[in-house]
Amino acid sequence: MDALMNFGLGMFGGVWPAVWTLVKIVLIVAPLMLGVAYLTWAERKVIGYMQVRIGPNRVGPWGLIQPIADGLKLLMKEIIVPSGSNKAIFIIAPMLAIAPALAAWAVVPFTDSLVLANIDASLLYIMAITSMGVYGIILSGWASNSKYAFLGAMRSAAQMVSYEISMGFSLICVLMVSNSLNLVDIVYAQDHGRFAEWGVGFLSWNWLPLLPMFLVYLISGVAETNRAPFDVAEGESEIVAGFHVEYSGMAFAVFFLAEYANMILVAALTSIMFLGGWLSPVGFLPDGALWLFAKMAFVLLLFLWFRATFPRYRYDQLMRLGWKVFVPVCLVWLFVVGAWMMSPLNIWK
Amino acid sequence: MGSMKEVFNSLLLKELLKGMSVTGKYFFARKITVQYPEEKTPMSNRFRGLHALRRYPNGEERCIACKLCEAICPAMAITIEAEPRDDGSRRTTRYDIDLTKCIFCGFCEEACPVDAVVETRIYEYHGEKRGDLYYTKQMLLANGDRYEAQIAQDRQLDAKYR
Repeated sequence: MDALMNFGLGMFGGVWPAVWTLVKIVLIVAPLMLGVAYLTWAERKVIGYMQVRIGPNRVGPWGLIQPIADGLKLLMKEIIVPSGSNKAIFIIAPMLAIAPALAAWAVVPFTDSLVLANIDASLLYIMAITSMGVYGIILSGWASNSKYAFLGAMRSAAQMVSYEISMGFSLICVLMVSNSLNLVDIVYAQDHGRFAEWGVGFLSWNWLPLLPMFLVYLISGVAETNRAPFDVAEGESEIVAGFHVEYSGMAFAVFFLAEYANMILVAALTSIMFLGGWLSPVGFLPDGALWLFAKMAFVLLLFLWFRATFPRYRYDQLMRLGWKVFVPVCLVWLFVVGAWMMSPLNIWK
Repeated sequence: MGSMKEVFNSLLLKELLKGMSVTGKYFFARKITVQYPEEKTPMSNRFRGLHALRRYPNGEERCIACKLCEAICPAMAITIEAEPRDDGSRRTTRYDIDLTKCIFCGFCEEACPVDAVVETRIYEYHGEKRGDLYYTKQMLLANGDRYEAQIAQDRQLDAKYR
């Protein structure tokens, strides 16, 4: 990596750092978009299998070309802008939805060296950036000038703000035990402990000692990405399609790209904060980015599994879960972890 | 005590895990999808699909223009006009079934005293413009000629229940 950097500096001079960063961004975003495309395929397959169907199987072997066909179709379609809408905001809203979903990847470490920007406050950056995603949804609902879109936007605004809090609290527990806001350090903090010395490292990852926080984070993550059973912002059976009811063609597709990119992001963050990132679960296997991808795939499978299993929450139940269950659970566990760290039984020294 | 138990059950996500185990099991279950154009589901010999007008083995059309089918048709999809033929027998000059009106109830077939109008097993047909599904006497007779073997076999199978 450094050799390439120095070679470029010699060849192209001062513009090289900017070009090199752009290259790295493309190297992250292009596979991400491919991942999004094939996540839609995996979703249709997994949910199909759970419903005793076989899912897409016509376009290519096992339907593998299906996402490409879907993408082409959406690219060809007309983007209809409703005459009553606020046109500028209507067009900007999908961009506002997808930009944070991509920007957050800047600090996600694939291994300890494979990270675009290894900054010290990366956890803070993640939380700030992911909170921005709600603007795209609110503005799209507002600019559409349609009652269903507006209802969806209001629902998702209230929902995302509520779950942001429990998500934040669970991450506070993580940063307490790892004593850092840097995602690379957070992963390394999960690498030592009694179990890690015994060679069964997966038992010393954060998910076990912080199990309630892991569950809270996972469920809040599902809610943050507006996925079933928390997809009240879309709610096909109640408010048609919610915030993106007026969107068509690629503008509609961008919302879906954002949703699935957010899913992959939450899966990556869950893997990094609670499942040991790129660390190998057992001592005799080497660490590596493949472990991170495997863990992300597992978390994504859980997302799809949830969608195939649970019916949508009623709106008041959703708010109850966020405010009257998760926030108290988080506050209690925050004190438990604090007391644990102060006691002689502290396992995070 | 009962409510405490409930709280613990919900905090331990017991019912959610139970639900996920059900869907998880079905993930590996045998899939029941029928791959339609390549595979087809078994079909009854009483299947009510595309209509046909039959002929006797000597080539004479069966229909005697009694208009019972026209009378019983609940969707009023059948239109019949008739007049005596040169040899004095009563025949239709017009026998149209509008398949866009037809509800495939099979009453016409039941009403027919000479087994002239029947519904075949054919269900893979289509129209590409308005009027394509308006079947005239010639088209219905052609259907009958084309599928007579299958039609006769199906009537034969069903004969003992009629």
